[in-house]
Amino acid sequence: MDAVVFELSPDEWTAVRLSLQIALTATAFSLPIGLLAGYALARWRFPGKMLLDGLIHLPLVLPPVVTGYILLVLLGRRGVLGAFLADYLGIIFSFRWTGAALSCGVMGFPLMVRPIRLSIEAIDRRLEDAAGTLGANGPWTFVLVTLPLALPGLLVGSILCFAKALGEFGATITFVSNIPGETQTLSAAIYTYTQVPGGDANAWRLTAVAIVIALLALVASEIVQRKASRRLAQFE
Amino acid sequence: MIRFNAAITLGAFRLDAAFEGDSGVVALFGRSGAGKSVTIALIAGLLRPDRGAIVVDGRVLVDTEKNIFVPKHARRIGVVYQDARLFPHLTVRQNLMFGRWFAGRAEQSVDFGAVVETLGIGHLLSRRPGRLSGGERQRVAIGRALLSSPRLLLMDEPLAALDDERKREVLSLIERLRDAFKVPIVYVSHAVDEVARLASRVVVMDSGRVVAAGPVDEVFGPSQVHAGENRFGRSSVLTGRVAGMRAGYGLTEIDHPSGAIWLAGPAGAVGREVHIVVRATDVTLATTRPQDISVRTILAGTVGGIEKDDGPLAAVTVDLNGHGHLVAMTTRMAIDELALKPGDPVFALIKTVALDERSIAPSGEGAGGSHDNGERR
Repeated sequence: MDAVVFELSPDEWTAVRLSLQIALTATAFSLPIGLLAGYALARWRFPGKMLLDGLIHLPLVLPPVVTGYILLVLLGRRGVLGAFLADYLGIIFSFRWTGAALSCGVMGFPLMVRPIRLSIEAIDRRLEDAAGTLGANGPWTFVLVTLPLALPGLLVGSILCFAKALGEFGATITFVSNIPGETQTLSAAIYTYTQVPGGDANAWRLTAVAIVIALLALVASEIVQRKASRRLAQFE
Repeated sequence: MIRFNAAITLGAFRLDAAFEGDSGVVALFGRSGAGKSVTIALIAGLLRPDRGAIVVDGRVLVDTEKNIFVPKHARRIGVVYQDARLFPHLTVRQNLMFGRWFAGRAEQSVDFGAVVETLGIGHLLSRRPGRLSGGERQRVAIGRALLSSPRLLLMDEPLAALDDERKREVLSLIERLRDAFKVPIVYVSHAVDEVARLASRVVVMDSGRVVAAGPVDEVFGPSQVHAGENRFGRSSVLTGRVAGMRAGYGLTEIDHPSGAIWLAGPAGAVGREVHIVVRATDVTLATTRPQDISVRTILAGTVGGIEKDDGPLAAVTVDLNGHGHLVAMTTRMAIDELALKPGDPVFALIKTVALDERSIAPSGEGAGGSHDNGERR
């Protein structure tokens, strides 16, 4: 049994590695944009705020396939944006692992923005005033006061986004297809095995791997959250 | 030191005030909603006035006509708030160093060790604010503001959230800071004893306007007495000199032109000038000098004015022959039965047990006065 579980084929290892790489990339790129969006929604007043809020949350309520299709239409090689990016900047998303990261990031984005927004809304703005009268200008106040106080929200948002990205399937397969070694994530690989006769044993192996990764991620997030809440408790 | 003349409209509230302050402590005095905190926010740069100019230490911070507005982080004005507002994610040491770091090395005029020692917070340095008591937090907040080497220190009711014990402790610390570090202070309060004790000048605010300003005893004169809302909120300030200590009894005799004032406990060296805060409810009136009575303090004066309405109470202002005024809270019935009217000679009796070292406030010169303070505990 252990031979079945642990001896993964090189292709399967690639799928595992790709899944982690895509999820991490998606989270890393979403974080600064998510921080900006969370800050804007929490603090700024601007026309179209409701629209932005709705747009950010759209992937949460749309069928993932629809999101994937929209990405394909917009950012595919012949898409409006995709053609521009490819021709002028040399950035290509379609059928690349970067495209998978993009679709995972889009899907995880609403889950990341919400906790960030909530944690920024919870910050006592008078603390920022206090920092100002002590000599800190806007950027310094943000770095020394706002950001550390929003850290729990940033952590929770990142964990949620990472988890969502790791398991993303519908939007990704629609946007960048299921190419082994390039866009085939763990989920896509399992799906592929279930579609071929006699693929059950392989599907099971990868399922076990997926469970192990999920458990590890859960434990890690639990540790991080506990640390964060302990810090928060000290704040009270 | 500070010249303030500014107007701002915030919703239904309008502030339009002008005052000046020299070095030392200037008290902004008035009930809640008088505009004290708005004034503080304008000086600190947290609000922008619709019109006006604010000059601190010869430096123009705001001048709407010349379109000058120095942002809050460039003003070098330290603020101590009612709720300490320490940074919860930083240790006490990091909180203290926050403003110091931004002040830059060249501007660090206040010594870290001296502040920490004066405030008695050395043992707290590695703790986080969440683990501090109210009094400790307020002391750290004062230290944090002071260590930013401010040109002016603003204190917005720094004692309001503390219990009596902590109040006394922090008040005497502020007193020590005032004398040791020579930073001019604008002190916001609605407690007459704090103001009498700390301030050399008082600016009285009401509904967004300055209604009186000047030295403590002048401002707290009888003209500032309003018909009583809260009989326990009325007090007077008398000025006298320490005459001596009756060591065997633990009593201090204060010399006042209208008679000796006795108080329980020490009041400092002989000859020291002190302000004594007397609550109006602790004053009894008599038309002849009473004999055979336990009260030690009997001051001779004349009835200055009587405030009464249809209620059971009346406030009598006793003129102490040109050496201050004392307000006595009595019943209307007593006034009628004694047939008291302005100009009558009268004796004001103050129970010694009502006065102790908390009632005294060293500083300034002058005679004394009385005043109304509806919000005092």
